[in-house]
Formats: sequence, C-alpha cells, structure tokens
Amino acid sequence: MRVPGYGLMIDRDAPLKFRFDDTWVNGFEGDTVASALLGSGIRLMGRSFKYHRPRGPLTADSAEPNALITTHDGARRIPNIRATVQPALHGLRTRSQNAWPSLAIDALEVNDLAAPFLGAGFYYKTFMWPKAAWEKLYEPAIRRAAGLGALSGEADPWRQEKAFAHCDLLVVGGGPAGLMAALQAAEAGTDVILADEDEILGGRLTREAEQIDGRPGHVWAAETVTRLTALGVRIMPRTTVTGAYDGGTYGALERVSHHIADPHPDLPHDCFWRIAARACVLASGALERHIAFPMNDRPGILLASAVRAYLHRWGVAPGRRIAVFTTCDDGHRTAADLRAAGIEVPAVIDPRADAPDDAIRGEVVATRGRLGLKRIEIRTSGGGRRWVDCDALAVSGGWNPTLHLTCHLGARPVWDENLATFLPKAGAVPGMTVAGAAAGLFSTTQTLESGAAKARQALDGLGRRHQPVTLPDARSEAARQIAPLDVRAPKGVRHRAWLDFQNDVTTKDVRQAAQENFASVEHMKRYTTQGMATDQGKTSNVAALAVLADATGRGIPETGTTTFRPPFSPVPISAMGAGAEGAGFAPERFTTSDPAMRKAGAPMIETGLWYRPGWFPQGSEDWRAACTREAAMVRATVGVADVSTLGKIDIQGPGAAALLDFVYTNTFSTLKQGRVRYGLMLREDGHVMDDGTTARLGPEHFVMTTTTAAAGQVMRHLEFVTQCLRPDLDVALISTTEQWAQFSVAGPHARTLIQSLVAEPVTDETFPFMACGAVTVAGIAGRLFRISFSGEHAYEIAVPSRYGAHLWRDLLARAEALGGGPYGMEALNVLRIEKGFVTHSEITGRVTAFDIGMDRMISAKKDCIGKAASRRPALLAHREELVGLRSASGAQITAGAHLYNQGTRPDAENDQGYVTSPCYSPALGTYIALGFLRDGRARMGETVRMVDRVRGQDTLVEIVAPVQVDPEGGRARG
Amino acid sequence: MRLTCPLCGDRDRREFYYMGHATYLDRPAADAPAEAWDAYLHLRENPCGPTHDLWQHEAGCGAWLRVTRDTATHEITAVELAR
Repeated sequence: MRVPGYGLMIDRDAPLKFRFDDTWVNGFEGDTVASALLGSGIRLMGRSFKYHRPRGPLTADSAEPNALITTHDGARRIPNIRATVQPALHGLRTRSQNAWPSLAIDALEVNDLAAPFLGAGFYYKTFMWPKAAWEKLYEPAIRRAAGLGALSGEADPWRQEKAFAHCDLLVVGGGPAGLMAALQAAEAGTDVILADEDEILGGRLTREAEQIDGRPGHVWAAETVTRLTALGVRIMPRTTVTGAYDGGTYGALERVSHHIADPHPDLPHDCFWRIAARACVLASGALERHIAFPMNDRPGILLASAVRAYLHRWGVAPGRRIAVFTTCDDGHRTAADLRAAGIEVPAVIDPRADAPDDAIRGEVVATRGRLGLKRIEIRTSGGGRRWVDCDALAVSGGWNPTLHLTCHLGARPVWDENLATFLPKAGAVPGMTVAGAAAGLFSTTQTLESGAAKARQALDGLGRRHQPVTLPDARSEAARQIAPLDVRAPKGVRHRAWLDFQNDVTTKDVRQAAQENFASVEHMKRYTTQGMATDQGKTSNVAALAVLADATGRGIPETGTTTFRPPFSPVPISAMGAGAEGAGFAPERFTTSDPAMRKAGAPMIETGLWYRPGWFPQGSEDWRAACTREAAMVRATVGVADVSTLGKIDIQGPGAAALLDFVYTNTFSTLKQGRVRYGLMLREDGHVMDDGTTARLGPEHFVMTTTTAAAGQVMRHLEFVTQCLRPDLDVALISTTEQWAQFSVAGPHARTLIQSLVAEPVTDETFPFMACGAVTVAGIAGRLFRISFSGEHAYEIAVPSRYGAHLWRDLLARAEALGGGPYGMEALNVLRIEKGFVTHSEITGRVTAFDIGMDRMISAKKDCIGKAASRRPALLAHREELVGLRSASGAQITAGAHLYNQGTRPDAENDQGYVTSPCYSPALGTYIALGFLRDGRARMGETVRMVDRVRGQDTLVEIVAPVQVDPEGGRARG
Repeated sequence: MRLTCPLCGDRDRREFYYMGHATYLDRPAADAPAEAWDAYLHLRENPCGPTHDLWQHEAGCGAWLRVTRDTATHEITAVELAR
C-alpha cells in the first residue's frame, strides 16, 4: 500500500502500468517492479526453488533472494530478474516463476509437505538405484520440479556491448563514503570513475530520512553528483562492479537500457566494462542480515532496512500493521520511521539484554499466513508466549559489510568481535582501500569522514598532492548489533528456519551437514547448497556459518567464510562475450581475389582466419566432380590458384643468411641470389614446426614462405630467436603476408601463360626450376618464383596487393584461353598428395624430420634449432614413418582410419599407423593417401588392413612410396 | 592482469603471448651433454613465490619480455626486455 506524503524518488504525476502475470499493476515513474507491486498490495511474487513455498521480496536491492521474475516475451524473454532492482516500465510484461498453474495455487507446493524427506543430501541418498533410472526418470523429474526461470530457447536478440575504461581512481559505490571519496580525489585533479549499481546515487541517503548539511540526504547527494560532474568525474549509474582482478583491473556491468520502456534499437541492453584503475576506493556499503527464526520466509517478512527504503524512497508500506524483530539498533529506527508515517507497529521484539525499554525482550518463535504473514508468536525472555496480529514483519539481524570484492584475489575476511561482523582484510587487493560501511563504519558521520580519508590515502599512493575537503555536517549513531541469532523453536512447534531462501536451505540442513561430518564451511556449502543460488547467499551466508559454528562447537572466526568469487551479482554471458557471436567470433581475412571467387560460386573454406575457395563448380558438378576435373586440368593444361594466404616474412640484413641457417635444418647461406630452396624448421624439442620455401632476392635479402596456419607461430619464433638467442645477428624481420598478392600458375602451359604476361623473357635459362627474380607485370614491379606444389611446371607470381584483384582476373582469362582455369583447395590437396608433399595434416606437432623421411636435411655441419633434441635415439628408430597408400580393393581410403597387419585383431594393441590425407587421384584412377606406418619405409609393397570405425570402412591398402606421380620430378623441371 | 612493456607502457594482458619459464633464454651449446638439453627442454621449478616468465608483446611492439611474477599473489615485480 502507498503511504501519503512519502516517496522521495517517485513521480506521482507520472503514473504507469505494467503486467504481472494476468494483472495490470499501477505504479509511478521511479518505481521498481517490487515497489509497485507492494504499493498495489501484492506481496506474493515467487515460489521457492525446492519446496515451492510462497515468497515475497526480502530486500529492496540487488541482494534479493526471493522476488525473481521473468520479463519480456518470446525470444526477448529474460528469466531471474530481481523485481527489487528492475525499474517499473510502462507496458512491461513480467511473470512469476516456478509456479503452476498459478502463483497462488502451485501444484508442486506438495513438495513442502514432503520437506522432512527432502533435506540436505536428499538427492544423493534417495536416487541411488536402479542406476539406469537416474538419467531417464529421476533427473528429468527433479529438473522439472526444481528451478528458477527458463530461457526462451531461441537465439538471444538483445544487443549487448563491451567496453574498456581507464582511470586513476575507481570509486565503487555512490553512497556517502563513495561521494566523499570521489569529491576528495576530484578536487585534487585526479581522473575518477564513480560507479554505483543504483539509478540514483546516494546509497542509503536515497532510502532514509536523514539530514546532511541541513538538507535532506538525497538532496545533498544530488548536489554532490552535480559538483562531481563539473569537476570531470565520470559518473556511472546502474553499473555494478562485479569483480576485482590482477593488476588493478575491475569488471563492471552497466545496465544500459533496463530503465527505458522503449529503447532505441541501437542501444545495448547491457555493457560489460573492463576498468583499469591505478587505485580503488571500495565504498560498497553493507547488507543487512536476516534472522533465523521458525517460519521466517513468509511474504510480508522483510529486512528492516528494506522496509525503511520502501517507505522513504517509494512511499510504500508492505502492510498496515508492521511488527519489528531486531538484534540491532537499526530495527528501532525502522519502528520509529513507521510510526512517524502513521503506520501501526504492534510490537518491537529485541532479545538483547540492553534492548530499549519500549521493546519486548524476546524472540519470534512462530508465524502464520500461507500466502502472506498474518500473525507472529512471541516468546519473551521470561518464557511467556503470545500471538500478535500483524501483516508484515521488519527484521534486522545486524549488518555485514559488503566486502566481496576484497576477497576476489584470495583474501579471507576477518571476524570482529566488537562489531559482531566480518571486516575486510587490510591490503587484500593491491591498490584498494575500503571506506564507510564496507569497512565496518556504520554511522553517516564516520562514513563521510572515512570516504575522504581513504581517498587521500589513495592519492598518496598515486603521488598526488591534496587539500582535505570540508566534511558536511551529519548526525547519526552507529547501530550496535550482536552476532547472528539462531532462534530455536519451542517444544512441539515445527522448527524450520530458513537461511538461504533461494535454495531452500534451513538451519536444520546446516546442522545435519555438521552431523554427517561435512563440518568444514566449504563442505557444508556444497552439501546443503547454502549460498550457491544466483544471490550467492548475500543475506544468509554469515547466519549459516554461525549455525555451523554452533553445531560444531567452534567459534565463528575458526569456522570462517566460504570463498567469494566474481561476479558479485549475475552477469549475462552475452554481455561478457558481446560482439563475439556469429561472424564476430573471430576475425576474417580475405584475399584480393575473394569477391571474384565468391561471384564464381566457389564455396569458401576457413583456413586459419583466412577464407580460401574449396572448388569452382561448373554446371551441376558436386565437389568431387569439380575437384577431379580441376586436378586433371592442372596436369593437362594450366590452372591458377590464389596462394596469398601463405605466410611471407621479409628478412634483411648482414645476419639474414646466418639466421636462416640457425632456424632451418638445412643450409641457406650457400643459396645463390635468384634461387629458392625448400626448408624444414624444427621446434627446439626436435619435432617439425613448419616447412616452406625461402627465396634469396639479394645478398642480404630473403623472403621466407610459411604455411598458412603457422605464419604467426613462425614469426613469433623468429622474433624470439633474433632477440633472445642470436642477438649477435644484425637482421630485421617483417611480415609481408598482406602486402603481396601471390598466385600459383601450374601445368604444362604455365610458361606460355606467364610469358604472355611479364615483360622479361621466361625460359629455362632465365627462370630454371627453383629460380626467382623481379619481373614487370603490365608495368607493375612484381616477383616471379619457379616453384611447384603440384609437381607440374609451375610458377608463383606476386604483385603488390592493390593489384591482386586485377591480376587474378587477367590470369583467369589467359588460363581459360589455354584450356585451363582456376583450381581450389580440394584440387590443390589432390595434387600435393599425388606428389607426397606434406602439410599440417602430416606435420601435426608430434612428427619428426625422421618420420617424414627428411632426417638427412638436418645438416651435420652446423647447429640449428631442434638439432640436439632430434638426435635422441628414441626419435630415430621404430617410428611411424610417412608412406603412400593405395587402395588394393578399389574402396575409398578415409582420413583418421587406422592400419593393422592382416590377420591381427584391429585393436589398439595391434595398431600399426594411421591415414592422414586421402583423396581420389585422377592421375592414377584410384583412391590414394598419405599416412604413417610403423617402420613404413622398409615395408613398400606390403598390403595392410585399414579400419575406420567412425565411417565403418574396412579394406586393404597397399604400401607405396609417398611420391606416387612422376617420382623423378621431370614434369616440374622440364 | 596487466604488464608494463618497457617499450610501450602499461597494457592489458590480452596484448601479450605467454611462452613459459625464462629458462628458454639459456640455450645450451650445440655439443652440451644430453642432461643439459633435458634440463633446458623439460625440467622446471614450480615455485610458490617469484618466478620468471617469458611473454611477447605480440599485439604491440613484438618485443620478448622477461617478467618477474609471484605465483602466489600474481604480483608483477619487474618487466624487462629478454636477453
């Protein structure tokens, strides 16, 4: 119900309507969904996770365990939204969760009757057998019964964003401490970010009747925000700092458009920030504790601070007769505020020996009211018991500093006996100081003072000069409190006192865990699921460990807390990974011929980050037909392919040749200018890293080619070698992969085509096999390499990338005039398999030079990376060696199939090797492959059995030399 | 996590590539005994406290860095050019 004359932050002239289940609810601009529902007299907002107990809001903030709702419809549906922080929006669709057929009549409320059997560890103990029933019967049934809101099951249409920010000082929390910290730092000229999870800064000042500097606290807060903005402070409202990470990095979730009824389509829903801050003042305030008393979970039972917040900020009272149960001075403040607002307070119950005179010394030991509180039973310190009618109960079990962020780097909080609460450990996060209630300073005066003082401490750390700011005048006493209370029910009264509302954990569960020897706080947590729901036990963890401490006979400090980890409050994965869905998942790299290839209908295949054409279909050709035609075309006439994706590293300087000698197994210092050589590169552990050709363009100028996949790795390797291992070499490296467009021209007519294009004469004398040199291509300075990856007479021609698209078109026209055309990755693969050339299908990282038959390429005359390790005896005998395979039956050979000797059982024990690269060879008219076979080089001509368990292939293959077409190499040289 | 590249300044961890322990800087001579190579390739201390890492500022200047890092606290106490 609404309270006339109250409501600091609602605009009674701006009414709005939204839907909750089948009801239209009236509210005002400034309301949350929870405040509007309470204002309309609706207290029942959800059902609990396990027992389906009716629940209403407990808090007025982000710690809320109960009032979880689903907002929006269809694919935009968002489950588990806390009604206590979701702004009420005109026209918003909201729904209750975990109830069927309706919130008031929930069929699964029957679970609550079975509660005695559903305690901690119930799943583990009950559903033991039959084993098969777990997956088929028990788990699906449990999943249906338990749970919170459901996702839509459709692709998420919400636009999300992520961003980075930098500052000298990050202030977490915009209450009195945070505002003063920001002011002190901003006055000193520091670059400050002030983040607060609320829409309006001020913290409790927006929720209390309190004067600062002679005006209402929220007015002082708003004026201070204006002042901070003028000083250049970046104010980030609706932004929760969710995690503290190494090196002064903080994660933060900004709810960008949750408060807008009809947001612009370009506006993201959330933005996940990574904030790099040189220093941080944590002014995150404190969270009120609940009290564990019998049946403490009914709708209408709220935290005392939440009752004050609803009254002052939103002009709402959760009932007409509100009793107060408190173990902290703050409860009395709630009673006084309610009475001042004309609300009846039938009883204030305080068990403390020094409770104020007008309070009843005693405890609440029972409650009634299935869908909402109706009455409570009080047991006085004298032992007398009586019932009091009330429709709401404000509870205060004291305050816990919101110290979660101080624990994110592994520190544990420290129990303070005087304050009866945990305090943050000093120096827990480097660069972070803690101010205000988060540091256990609970009066507004202390809070303002400590905010400024902690900011000065941070400024000292940053080496900034400062003048103390004037402290505003505030009066408030720090509330005294006692350790969490566990109220035991009188004999004959069913004792169920909830701790974790969201996961339905009671004091009985914690005691049972202790009894079954889950006595460590971390074990108790996992056994009972205490604090493991979306609220992470913010209102219940300390009370739970107090119960555990009591049950095990240890003190609270000895029992300790569980570990607080990021995020502080739920962060949508879609915000953390914003921009990484679909095409945003990885960068895309395109060659200069890419548009023309797509236009020709070539399916583009990802290779690393690059896209390369699979094949160029003609008419109704499938991939097999196109691939076979293209491979045959290269061997018969001429084919053109884009090979720009191969890594190109330009190496220059007096030390260039020595560097190549050191990173390649073979020698490059002897390579003549104008010549190209194949090189093999090892890792230091003796296994093959990469291979490729390197051309010598000048006495001190080389261009290294790497495979497409390993280009980055090889560049990194060369930079490591030149900086760290061979700093004596005077050499410079740069990647030129994207600066040159390079095309392969292969086939018997390749020279005719090239000669028609370049100005210089191209003959066996000017450009013999493995030659390279500068050429002029239509007036453009280019490079020509006579190298072959197909076994045919072939060239690679390179021009600066800006001419690539044009040259591709020109090459195609000339090839087609000679009866040739383009070929794709599939045909390129067939051609190289026929010639026994390896790719990363063979050099997988666990293969040596010996394995691929190139051990002799490791020069005996010089040292090189990987040489020492490659000499290890185990790497030089009884290895799986590279072989060619040919189908003996005409049946297909498949990649990943394993090889076995005939007559042995095809199992792991008898495994002889495997297939790496299979294809149909148009040149040989059968299925062939490359593969690895134990001692394979000595087994030419043998027939072995190939078994592919995935595809169900079982056939015989013949072992042949890896080079199956033109073994003498005459076609490439001629 | 952040690293201060001696050439580029304070940068986010995402700009760097991690290689492993700084042992890789002390490559044995080509004719060193097998034990020296074994130690270089395979044997590493696993300290609780300061250790030396090799990182490359891959998305920056490309420099290889020797980083002194505390394995217990993740504190970075020194970043210098690897040599």
